[in-house]
Amino acid sequence: MALNYYQPLYEVIRDKDRCIKCQACARQCANEVHRYDGEYDVMISDSKSCVDCQRCVAICPTGALKIANNPNTFRENANWSSQIMTEVYKQAETGGVLLSAMGNPKEYPVYWDKILLNASQVTNPPIDPLREPMETKVFLGKKPKNVKFNKDGSVNTDLPPTLELSTPIMFSAMSYGSISKNAHESLARAATELGICYNTGEGGLHKDFYKYGPNTIVQVASGRFGVFRDYLDAGAAVEIKMGQGAKPGIGGHLPGAKILEDISRTRMIPMGTDAISPAPHHDIYSIEDLRQLVFSLKEATGYKKPIIVKIAAVHNVAAIASGIARSGADIIAIDGYRGGTGAAPTRIRDNVGIPIELALASVDQRLRDEGIRNEVSIVIAGSVRSSADVVKAIALGADAVYIGTAALLALGCHLCRSCQTGKCNWGIATQRPDLVKRLNPEIGYKRLVNLVHAWDHEIKEMMGGMGINSVEALRGNRLMLRGIGLTDTELEVLGIRHAGQ
Amino acid sequence: MNRYVIIGNSAAAIGAIQGIRSADTEGSITVITDEPYHTYSRPLISYWLEGKVADENMYYRDKNFYTDNNVEVLYSRRAEKIGKSHVTLDGGEKLPFDKLLAATGSKPFVPPMKGLDKVKNSFTFMTWDSVKAIKKKVKKHTKVLIVGAGLIGLKAAEALYHLDADITVVDLADRILPSILDEDAGRIMQKHIESKGTKFILGTSVEEFSEKSAKLTNGDSVDFDLLIVAVGVRPNTELISQAGGKVDKGIITDDTQLTTLKNVYAAGDCTVSHDCSSDTDRILALLPNAFMQGEVAGKNMAGVEAHYVNAIPMNAIGFYGLHIITAGSYDGEAFTEQDAEKEVYKKLVFKDGLLKGYILMGDVARAGIYTSMIKERIPLADVDVELLKTRPQMMMFGRARRLEKLGGITQE
Amino acid sequence: MKKVYVNEDWCLACHLCEYYCAAANSGAENMIKAFSGGKKPIPRIKVEEGSAINFAVQCRHCDEPACVKGCITGALSVKDGVISCDESRCVGCYTCVLSCPYGCIVISDESKVIQKCDLCIKNNNGDPACVKGCPNGAIVLEER
Repeated sequence: MALNYYQPLYEVIRDKDRCIKCQACARQCANEVHRYDGEYDVMISDSKSCVDCQRCVAICPTGALKIANNPNTFRENANWSSQIMTEVYKQAETGGVLLSAMGNPKEYPVYWDKILLNASQVTNPPIDPLREPMETKVFLGKKPKNVKFNKDGSVNTDLPPTLELSTPIMFSAMSYGSISKNAHESLARAATELGICYNTGEGGLHKDFYKYGPNTIVQVASGRFGVFRDYLDAGAAVEIKMGQGAKPGIGGHLPGAKILEDISRTRMIPMGTDAISPAPHHDIYSIEDLRQLVFSLKEATGYKKPIIVKIAAVHNVAAIASGIARSGADIIAIDGYRGGTGAAPTRIRDNVGIPIELALASVDQRLRDEGIRNEVSIVIAGSVRSSADVVKAIALGADAVYIGTAALLALGCHLCRSCQTGKCNWGIATQRPDLVKRLNPEIGYKRLVNLVHAWDHEIKEMMGGMGINSVEALRGNRLMLRGIGLTDTELEVLGIRHAGQ
Repeated sequence: MNRYVIIGNSAAAIGAIQGIRSADTEGSITVITDEPYHTYSRPLISYWLEGKVADENMYYRDKNFYTDNNVEVLYSRRAEKIGKSHVTLDGGEKLPFDKLLAATGSKPFVPPMKGLDKVKNSFTFMTWDSVKAIKKKVKKHTKVLIVGAGLIGLKAAEALYHLDADITVVDLADRILPSILDEDAGRIMQKHIESKGTKFILGTSVEEFSEKSAKLTNGDSVDFDLLIVAVGVRPNTELISQAGGKVDKGIITDDTQLTTLKNVYAAGDCTVSHDCSSDTDRILALLPNAFMQGEVAGKNMAGVEAHYVNAIPMNAIGFYGLHIITAGSYDGEAFTEQDAEKEVYKKLVFKDGLLKGYILMGDVARAGIYTSMIKERIPLADVDVELLKTRPQMMMFGRARRLEKLGGITQE
Repeated sequence: MKKVYVNEDWCLACHLCEYYCAAANSGAENMIKAFSGGKKPIPRIKVEEGSAINFAVQCRHCDEPACVKGCITGALSVKDGVISCDESRCVGCYTCVLSCPYGCIVISDESKVIQKCDLCIKNNNGDPACVKGCPNGAIVLEER
């Protein structure tokens, strides 16, 4: 095409005084942005393929590279931004649906950042977590409302199955296929070392990872990929995926090109065929249908494993959650609109769903109002970015959180949001063997362990400051929260008071 | 306490001292040398002559070597006779031993040549003393005639080239370095040396010498100021043969370096080795070979069993800046690549499903990987032969060998 | 003794080990200076690249080192298990190049004498630059 209607988003800036032409950037860029020209003995960069994944910047031994926004600008227009114009040009060129990855990047409000935590002063003194015991262990599942006794008078300890977590953090569902085997191994090993759980996503469980079963949540999604008895038996819990925060109402599509031998075996589909997850579960059109699947899975696993139902946070999430709690599920997982994905239509990702903070508050309140809060645990997902977000989520009513994007960041992801190309330079969202090996699980799992340890320390510090010594005591304790810069409606939904009140 | 006696003071002797001391720090070690020097490296004499190596860098081991290893050295003494349990020194002194090593090396071979006695400035090229004597006689444009275009003759030529001498090399053979190069490689090397101004007269020998001139068999005559005879070496085997030990081309030993005499070992250029690349017994007059034989001998002398196996002929040497590395035997099916312009030559020789030998000229990088294939007899079936032909590389081996060698992991 | 080991499963053929090695042994204070003005210091580690497999090779510091045993000058020696070369004593005969079964002896472009890995004992207190510089844990310093 002779005319370039739009320009590269980024520009590679190379400091020639620092560049030693080692070509590490050229060897490491799967997008082939960098190239060495032997004839002129120079490094050449082709910015138009750059996705700003920062791999070259990170690997450059002399700090010679920077990726900057392309200073070229379309005429400023508050309505028609450069990005919107570029998207129109792209669609006019290709006629295709725009695809994106990772979470919604738009400038919607981040409610975590509009909520402040309390601390003790004078009365109810703070607790020093380095000197006093501080409990972050949680159990997810149904909680008995009252103590039951056996006929002989002894206490009935026959409780429904629960998930025990050393800290209220789990790794979100990310399928083998959407992320690499090494990424999965990193998550599995980290979860095992940390005493938490990771989630297989809908891609089945690789045979090498059955050994991490006690720390694995196995997912059953609309495509039912890789689901069979051993798979269900392997996990510590089974999750039914009804929806995903990044693309509520949308199914999934892993192109046949990515269904290589290992993935084909794990997903139990022929090599090279597209892995299509339908938008709905074709056997679920009501809460009653859901209940059938929940109990089918309970039956299949001998009532020994908690069943999780995961949904995307949508407008009437509270009513849906109420139905799920009544379906027999042990845990509800709610994924907010900022949740990540390996690929989603851009318009869906950026415009469908609601913030997890609001969804969580309304679900927790609804279940309390209906007296069924103890029937289920609530796990939230969809952009939990720090330990402060975790603490706020728990105070809003969550039992635990899923972290996906943060976990991937720990593994090297720089949120270039190009997972859908399969050319992840960090070895995460790719199946290309030369790229996959860039993520050494030995390094990856340690970084995940470090991250969660760090957050756990911080959670203890924040709880201690509030004079609270266990996550159980913090859960739903909205008095520990105050809003800032929020409208009355937002405060009402969140169930918190404004700062100063 | 064992009494060890070593005749000789070069690589094999040093290897023996290190071998003995790795097992026995108590026993007495006495070294007999007919030279007045601390152990020095013989291959360095040409570098010394050209001025590249200073006196203090001639030494093969640092100056504390003997004291650190508790070794007594008898300088400028000769062993005259080996008895059952003692060595007779010059002057009749008797030195008792429990274990003896003959590391007697070799001597230059000077064939009978008509009129050679008339040449006043005639030298061989073997010892530090021989090059010290040569150095005194060489000035710019000194006319030097070297008889012998083998390793020693050409190393001498190279040194004298750096001293700006006017050099002519005569050899009976029609090509240079026939012991290590094939014809093509020899031609490239010859051209290279000739380009530096050194003249060759090949396929010719000296018919008769006068004091400063040689009449050649082809009718020509060459004038010279200085003559170096470098036609070959002969092992010093007399002490062993006189004592009744078996000697063939050199001293015969088993693979522990024990001679046929009780308690008497031999190592180095004076011995016959088994060349595993050609499966023949021959003298391998090479410094690495001498050191390793000495080390094996030393260990056995000290009572620790050791065997010297997998010996092959091998040479790493350069002439006038052009390097060659060669190893093994050239009998077999050859794969060759050459770029005579760039002075690059490669020959790989295969036989019986093995790499048997090679010649690398110009580009010698990583040659040892080839050497290891020959020595360890790694079947070609176990390597990627196409990669092997491209260049020496670990990639040509299977994953298991790489894991073991590079990863320290041995798989069951 | 701790030695450098490579794990070919994790080598990315980024060649950074070569650059970190060359810079550390160049005597220059940092990598930019080491390579400034078109200088190309030689690394003592070499990355071999295959279609799917890559790995770095450097001195294995053998227990029975053929290079040391064969050295004609005594320039190569073993101290505390580390094989190093006194470059002032090397005459560039390359007997060690002939002997090393891993091809780990490199030849200096300038001086023509040999260079080899000494686990950075001379320039970095035995903290090998290749290990520190490897971005993927493919080169480790370990006791095995």
